[in-house]
Amino acid sequence: MDSIVIDLERDLDELRGYYRSGKTKDVTWRKSQLKGMLSLIKEREGDIFKALKEDLGKHHVEAFRDEVGVLTKSIKFALNGLQGWMSSKKAKLPAVALLSSAVVLPEPLGVVLIISSWNFPFGLCLEPLIGAIAAGNTMVVKPSELAPACSSLLANAIPDYLDNKAVKVVQGGSVVGQRLLQQKWDKIFFTGSSQVGRLVMSEAAKHLTPVTLELGGKCPAVVDSLSWSWDQEAAVNRITGAKFGACAGQACIAVDYILVTKEFTSTLVALMKAKIKDMFGENPRETNSMSRIVNKQHFLRLKRLLSDPNVQKSIVYGGSMDEENLFIEPTILVDPPLDAEIMKEEIFGPFLPIITLNDIKESIEFINSRPKPLAIYAFTKNEALRKRIVSETSSGSVVFNDAIIQYAADNMPFGGVGESGQGKYHGKASFDTFSHYKAVARRSFLTDFWYRSPPWNEYKLLLIEATYNFDYLGMLLVILGLKRSR
Amino acid sequence: MRRFPVTPKQGCSVVTGLQLGDNRAFTYPFTSKTAQIHLSFPYSFISFNSPYLLLQGQIPRNRYEIYRKKAVAKDFGPWKTLPIMGEEEKQQKFGVEEEAALVVKELRKSFRSGKTKSYEWRVSQLQSIDKMVHEREKEITEALYKDLSKPEIEAFVSEISMTKSSCKLALRELKRWMTPEEAKTSLTTFPSSAEIVPEPLGVVLVISSWNYPFLLSIDPVIGAIAAGNTVVLKPSETAPATSTLLAKLLKEYLDQSTIRVVEGAVAVTSALLDQKWDKILFTGGGKVGRIVLTAAAKHLTPVVLELGGKCPAVVDSNVNLQVAARRIIAGKWACNNGQACVGVDYVITTKDFAPKLIDSLRNELEEFFGKDPMESRDLSRIVNSFHFTRLATLLNEDKVSDKIVLGGQRNENQLKIAPTILLDVPEDSLIMQEEIFGPLLPILTVENIEDSFDVICSKPKPLAAYCFTNDQQLKKKFVQNIPAGGVLINDTVLHSTVSSLPFGGVGESGMGYYHGKFSFDAFSHKKAVLYRSFDGDSSIRYPPYTPRRQRLLKAVISGNILG
Repeated sequence: MDSIVIDLERDLDELRGYYRSGKTKDVTWRKSQLKGMLSLIKEREGDIFKALKEDLGKHHVEAFRDEVGVLTKSIKFALNGLQGWMSSKKAKLPAVALLSSAVVLPEPLGVVLIISSWNFPFGLCLEPLIGAIAAGNTMVVKPSELAPACSSLLANAIPDYLDNKAVKVVQGGSVVGQRLLQQKWDKIFFTGSSQVGRLVMSEAAKHLTPVTLELGGKCPAVVDSLSWSWDQEAAVNRITGAKFGACAGQACIAVDYILVTKEFTSTLVALMKAKIKDMFGENPRETNSMSRIVNKQHFLRLKRLLSDPNVQKSIVYGGSMDEENLFIEPTILVDPPLDAEIMKEEIFGPFLPIITLNDIKESIEFINSRPKPLAIYAFTKNEALRKRIVSETSSGSVVFNDAIIQYAADNMPFGGVGESGQGKYHGKASFDTFSHYKAVARRSFLTDFWYRSPPWNEYKLLLIEATYNFDYLGMLLVILGLKRSR
Repeated sequence: MRRFPVTPKQGCSVVTGLQLGDNRAFTYPFTSKTAQIHLSFPYSFISFNSPYLLLQGQIPRNRYEIYRKKAVAKDFGPWKTLPIMGEEEKQQKFGVEEEAALVVKELRKSFRSGKTKSYEWRVSQLQSIDKMVHEREKEITEALYKDLSKPEIEAFVSEISMTKSSCKLALRELKRWMTPEEAKTSLTTFPSSAEIVPEPLGVVLVISSWNYPFLLSIDPVIGAIAAGNTVVLKPSETAPATSTLLAKLLKEYLDQSTIRVVEGAVAVTSALLDQKWDKILFTGGGKVGRIVLTAAAKHLTPVVLELGGKCPAVVDSNVNLQVAARRIIAGKWACNNGQACVGVDYVITTKDFAPKLIDSLRNELEEFFGKDPMESRDLSRIVNSFHFTRLATLLNEDKVSDKIVLGGQRNENQLKIAPTILLDVPEDSLIMQEEIFGPLLPILTVENIEDSFDVICSKPKPLAAYCFTNDQQLKKKFVQNIPAGGVLINDTVLHSTVSSLPFGGVGESGMGYYHGKFSFDAFSHKKAVLYRSFDGDSSIRYPPYTPRRQRLLKAVISGNILG
C-alpha cells in the first residue's frame, strides 16, 4: 500500500470517528465553522487575490465579483437560513392515522468528498463546503492541482480557520484523485468535465455512493433581433462581460456560442467589437482586466480548435495568441463549420462562435439536437419565444436577458441535467445535497386497527378497503354489519 | 371468501428465471470477451454480460458457490426452472440488444414529439392505470398468488390499494405538481423574477422486484408518467405470472408509443442497461444496484436505487406487549412472509424482557396463523427454491441451528417455512450478516436498551428502523442517532404507506426518494428560470474595473447599500 493511501485511511478514520462523536451535528458547531469560513475569506482576501492572479491572471475585481463576494453572500445566507433548514418539516397525515405524527428530518450523510475545479478555485471549492458543513458532515476537500497557488493557499488556510478534525484538505493530481475515489464516501461532490464525471460515478458505484456532478456543456445564447438600441447595448454588455470577463470564458456557465438571425448578425458583431474594446482596451493583455488561459495544455487545446482552416476563415475579430504568457485575445467567429471541433466540444476559452439562422425559432431545434447544456441564455422580448424556450428545450437553467448571473441567486437550485450533470446546489439546495431526508413517523400504542392482521377474512378486507379510501361512513357500516360485500 | 383453485405447484411450473441446475450459465472464470459475473438480486444468481463492469473483485464468490452447489445437487422436480442464459438465448443476445435499442429509439422519438409533456396525456394515462387496477383486480390477485401464494387480502392491502391510492393522489395533485414554483430573487440580480420549472427528463427505465411485483412496478411508472416521461418497465422474471400480466395489461390500457414493458432475464436487463436513459429507478438488492449504477455512469444517467438492508426493531420493556407483538408480526410475516425491503429483519430487546416478548409473539402468531402455520393460507410462500435453499442455509449454520426457539419447520416441496424465531444468534453468523428476506426473526438481547444503538450503528444504514417504547427520551435519541431511510416509532412498515413522506434509503439501503410528490420529483428536472429585463443594467459588473466600481460591487453583493 502506498503512503498516500495510508495517510488517507488515517485521515478518514479520524473523520469517521469525529462524525460518530456527533459533534458536527450540533448547530453551534456548524455556525462556528461557517463563521470561520467567513473570517478566512475576509482576513485572507489579499492572499486569495494574489493566488488567483498567479494561477489565472484574474483581476482582483473579477475575483471579488465571482469568488470572494459570492462566497461571502452565500455564507451569510447559510448562517441566516441554517436553523430553519435543520428543523424537521411536518408531513400531512390522513385522519385514519389517529394519534400518529410524521415529520421529515434532515440528517447529515457522514464523510463526504468534494473535488473542485481550477477555473474558480475558491468558489467551486468553498461553495459546496458551505453546504457540507451546514448539513453537519465531515469532509475531505481536494482542490484542483491545476491552480497550484490557490490549492496550497486552501491547504494552508483551512486548518487555521476550520475545525481540522472535521475538514481535511488533500492536495494532488490524478493519482491522489484516484486513491480518494477508491475510498468509501457517503457522498461525492464533483465539479469538472463529463469525462472525469463518468469516472467518478463509476468509482462511486462500487460503494453505492450518491454523487453530485457539476459538469459543463456548450451553453448557447439565443439573441433575438432586438430593435431598441438600449436593449442591444444591454445584451451586448452582458454577453461580452459573461464570456470574456468571467475567467476568459473558462467557466462552465459561460456563453459557448451565440445563435442569431442572419440580418441581425452584422449589428451584433459591430456592437460586440466596440464593447470588447470598451471593456478590455485596445490591448487586452496589457490592461490586465482579462484572465489568461490556465496552462499550456489548455492553451494548445484552444489553439488546435482554431487551427482548422475553415475555422480560421470564420474569424471576424481577434484570434491572436500569446503562447509565452498563455494569453488569448477575445475572438469572435461567424459561422464556423458545425462539424468542426469548436462546435462539438465545450470551448472553455475566449472564442465566441456566432451561428446564423434564418429564423430565430430555429434555435430551439438547434439546441435540442445537441446534449443538454448547463444553461441556456436568451435575449429576447418576445413572450412567445420565451415560453417555447422554457417548455421545449432542456437545460440546467434558463436565463432571459442576462448571463451567468444565476450563479449568484441563492434561491435557485444550480445544477445540470443529462450531459451537464446531476444534483443541485447553492443556497438551501447545497444543504439538501449533503443531507438525507429521513421520514420519521410516530405512533401510539392506544389505537390499533384490529383488522390489520391475519387471520384474514372478508370482513377485514371490507374494513381495510374503506380505510384506504378514507370512507369513514363505510367503515362504520361494515362495523355495524350493515355492509357485507364490496 | 374467494380462493383460487391454483395450487402453488401448478403456479410454479411456469417459473422462469432461475437457472439452478443449469451449468451453462456458470462459466467461471470469466472469458476474456464477456466477463460473466454472478450477482445476487438480492440473492438470486445473475450472470451479467458487460465488459466495463468492474465488480469482479467485490463478489463474495464463496458463499454463492456454496448456495449454488447445494442447489445444483438437488433434483427440484416440478420446481426445476428454465435456464436464464441458455445457448439459444446467447445466440439471440445480439437480437436482444438490437431490440432494446429499438425500443429506446421509438420512445425517444415519441418524447421528442412532445406529447408526453401535455397535462392531458398524463391524466389520460393515469386514469387508464386506475381503470386497469380496478377492472383487472382479480387477475392481478391471481398472478400474485401464482408467484408468491400471496393471500388475497395481503395482495389487496399491500399492492392493489397502494397502487390505487398512489394513482388517485397523482391525478388529484398533478396540476399543482406541474405548476412552476416561484423563487425569491435577491438584490444581486435585481430587477428580475425567477421560477423553478419541473420538466420531464426524457426516456426512463424502471426495473422492479419480485416481492411486490405489481406495486413496485406500477408505483414508479405512475411517477414517471406524472412527470411526463416515456417509460420502459422491466418487471422481475422471478415473478413470472405478474411479469406476463403486466406486459399484457399495460399494452392493453396504456399508450404503446410511450410506455412499454420489456420482459426477460439477465440478458435483457443487461441489454437494457447498455442503452442511454435519462433516469433509472431500480428496486432490488445492493449488488445489482451497484451494476445498475456503474452502467448508468457510462451515460451519466442519474439513478434512484431502492435497496433493502437489515431493518432493526428495538423493543423497550415498557411497551404494551400485545400491541407491539402484533405490529412486529404485521411487519414481518404478514408482509409477504418477511420478503419485504421494509420488513423487520431482527429485533433487539433487553435480556429480561426477551422471554416475555417471545411468549407474546408465540401467542399472537398462533392467533394469526393457527396452531400449524404450515397449513395457514394467510402466509405467502418463499418465492422459489433458490431462496428456499438460501434461507435453509442460514438456519442450518452450526452456531445458529440450536438457537431456534419457535418454528423452524419447512417444506421444500411447497416452498414453505414457518415463522421462526431465534434467540441470541452470534453476531458473526450469516443470518446477522446479510438481509434475511424471509420468515426468520433473530432476537438479540442487550443489557441496557440503549446498547442497541451500537449494534445498529455497527451495521450498514438500513432502509427503516423501528423502535417500540413509551420513553420519550429514548424516542428522541433513537430518531436523532439512528441513521436510516426512515424511522417509525411504535409500529412497523406503515410509514412507507404515507404519501407525504419521502420513501428511500441512504448508504447501503439506496439513494433517491419516491412516493407521492417525491415520485414526481424523482422523474423531473427542476429547471431554474430567471427573467431579467434590459433595464437596471449596472456598469459596475463589467470591466474595466475601477476602484469606484469595486467599492460599489462589494456593497451590492454583501447586501449593504449604505456601504
